[in-house]
Amino acid sequence: MSTDVEQPSEADEAAAIAAPEVIANTLGEYVKIWWTRVRSGESGALPVILGLVVIVVYFQARSSLFLSAGNLVNLIEQAAWIVTLGMAEVFVLLLGEIDLSIGYTSVIGSVFTCWLLVPPDPAPWPLAVLVGLAFPAVFGLIEGVIITRLRLPSFVVTLAGQLAGLGLLLAIINIAAPGSGGTIRLYSSVLNDIENGAMSPLAGWIVMAAAVALGGALMITRDNRRRAGGLAAPPASVTWLKVAAMAVAGVVVVLIGNTNRGVGLVVVSGVPWVILVVLVVLVAWSFLLGRTRFGRYVYAIGGNAEAARRAGINLSRIRVLAFVLAGLTAGVMGIIYASQLGSVSSNVPGGQNVLFAVAAAVIGGTSLFGGRGTMLGAVLGGLIVAVIYNGLQLLGLGASPQYIWTAVVLLAAVTIDTVARRSRTSA
Amino acid sequence: MTTPSADDARPATAGRAAAPESGPSDSPPARGQNGDQPLLRLVGVGKNFGPVRALTDINLDVTLGQVTALVGDNGAGKSTLIKTIAGIWPQDHGEILWEGRPVRLHSPKDAAGLGIATVYQDLALADNLDIVQNMFLGREPVKHWALDETTMEKEAKRTLADLSVVTVRSVRQPVGSLSGGQRQAVAVARAVLRQARLVVLDEPTAALGVTQTRVVLDLIRRLKSQNIAVIVISHNLNDVMAVADRVAVLRLGQLVSVGPLSQYDAQSIVELMTTGTSGRRAAAGSEPSSQQPAGSSSEH
Ligand SMILES: Nc1ncnc2c1ncn2[C@@H]1O[C@H](COP(=O)(O)OP(=O)(O)OP(=O)(O)O)[C@@H](O)[C@H]1O
Ligand SMILES: [Mg+2]
Repeated sequence: MSTDVEQPSEADEAAAIAAPEVIANTLGEYVKIWWTRVRSGESGALPVILGLVVIVVYFQARSSLFLSAGNLVNLIEQAAWIVTLGMAEVFVLLLGEIDLSIGYTSVIGSVFTCWLLVPPDPAPWPLAVLVGLAFPAVFGLIEGVIITRLRLPSFVVTLAGQLAGLGLLLAIINIAAPGSGGTIRLYSSVLNDIENGAMSPLAGWIVMAAAVALGGALMITRDNRRRAGGLAAPPASVTWLKVAAMAVAGVVVVLIGNTNRGVGLVVVSGVPWVILVVLVVLVAWSFLLGRTRFGRYVYAIGGNAEAARRAGINLSRIRVLAFVLAGLTAGVMGIIYASQLGSVSSNVPGGQNVLFAVAAAVIGGTSLFGGRGTMLGAVLGGLIVAVIYNGLQLLGLGASPQYIWTAVVLLAAVTIDTVARRSRTSA
Repeated sequence: MTTPSADDARPATAGRAAAPESGPSDSPPARGQNGDQPLLRLVGVGKNFGPVRALTDINLDVTLGQVTALVGDNGAGKSTLIKTIAGIWPQDHGEILWEGRPVRLHSPKDAAGLGIATVYQDLALADNLDIVQNMFLGREPVKHWALDETTMEKEAKRTLADLSVVTVRSVRQPVGSLSGGQRQAVAVARAVLRQARLVVLDEPTAALGVTQTRVVLDLIRRLKSQNIAVIVISHNLNDVMAVADRVAVLRLGQLVSVGPLSQYDAQSIVELMTTGTSGRRAAAGSEPSSQQPAGSSSEH
């Protein structure tokens, strides 16, 4: 650590303390505050995005196929489950807890979904999905109650949940699909299309435009409300830049999706449905964490549980709810997983999947000690993990470098984050 | 829960508003509709931590519009007493009466429901949340399904301005980045925001410089002039002399003396704190008449 840290100016000091959205009034101020925060490790998503860009550039340099439409769509389909499981894990990590069981409970849920859809008389697919989501949610509920009532560490309780989950998976698949060797097929074309189907090109554009318009409208209303209340709000230029960035990102995604990725004469194009599923989960959970009491209390408990208790917050209820939501989100992951493979097998590496999910959340800036992290971070972190997997596969390299590089990135992410914070507090 | 709900507290809150400008010094404290009843009365309250008897047989009355100073040496049980009042840990013996009715304070929520706000010695703030989020923690206004951040930020700013807390740069900075004094100010502001009827402050000036100490003392006087009951713990007898109407001396978990400030001077308080008796003022566990005018505060 350098001892000759320059004395921060007053503006820098203000910058280190709050997001530019709520203290900057002009573009210049905004940029300055933002940059100071980046330097002091408070930059939010930026380092993760930079890391992602570096890795993408590397793989593109090694293989020109990497940024092809076909591979990018492939990448998105591979990333979807890990991103979703990462978001599930954020709920509990924010509390300083962990859930090791959702790697298995998620797929048990989707076994139930598949089971209900087996011909000759399948249940309606929404009902099957509901059951698939309910199982891991209820499992999370039970774990949460045990953890809060008996005051046991979540690590141990959910480790037990993981083992029990593996046992249940083996048993239930054998009952649901006897004599199949431990695999149950997903018969619903709707659910198979989540990963393997795509919106029509026009639908892709409409969804993208709607999403950007909604996001922009929300941002602008928020700014206007703050300004009307006499509070600092980012200058219109910043907001419009953000909307423009969102629009560009949306256009790029739709353009990639709508490019023909078929082989030979078969035309395959359109944005995969799974993007929409992930986006809906991301927006819903970001709102829940950022804009509701529940979310506020999750952060408060993660930051200082005693303070939260003294503020009259019912800690047990919030904790249990977080485990339920982690389970519910894992249920979504289970459906995506089944959709990707077209079936669920008892060989699912649920214990390993859940650790990848934790890695995704941590790479995305979530603290294992609680109180810090976002859903968006988990999505970006999950993308990094998926890019490493996809890129190395493209280069014809096997599982070994994939694990090692994921490990390196995980360590690097945590180190950069910790060092940036330490230098800030000691400055 | 057997505690009175928030509804029970409301009429009395109205009573507070109905007693404007009640001079803090010239009259016996204005009382609620309940006549002579103290707002809070502890009867024979005791608390043990295993074999440690942290509190024994505490009898204490707290009245609206009065500042009660709770003094005592380290480990005397001051923090334990106010944590009992705040519902952090319930008493093992005795009874707590709120406006004459026995209440059970089993959780901070019970206390908050009655209108008891506490500023703890070990400040109960979440470092990762910003000032606004901390000030409203547990009682955030919600509008259109979402937290009403604008209202919260405006009210937080106004409250801090009312308290002349000018040193914080932004109400959106995380509390972890504040100095000790600033944190204290935020904690006090948080209590004020709660529309409390009884504000309990555990060593509110311990970490503060001269200016901010004066700000907090002024703030205590302002609470009092709004006919709020205040309990303040302090090791600084100057502070006690400056704001208290009544003094309660704890020693080894026992209340060795209670009375109007006029009956004490710094030396007698020190003697009571250290030995339990004072030549100037007889040590008495009994409550002196609470009718006695709190004459001292007019001296400032
Ligand atoms: N959580 C606890 N567990 C066990 N003993 C405790 C606990 N809290 C306080 N005590 C004991 O109760 C007694 C009173 O402690 P308390 O914190 O109330 O003192 P205090 O008057 O606030 O002291 P100080 O002026 O140092 O803040 C002490 O003997 C202390 O060791
Ligand atoms: Mg104390």
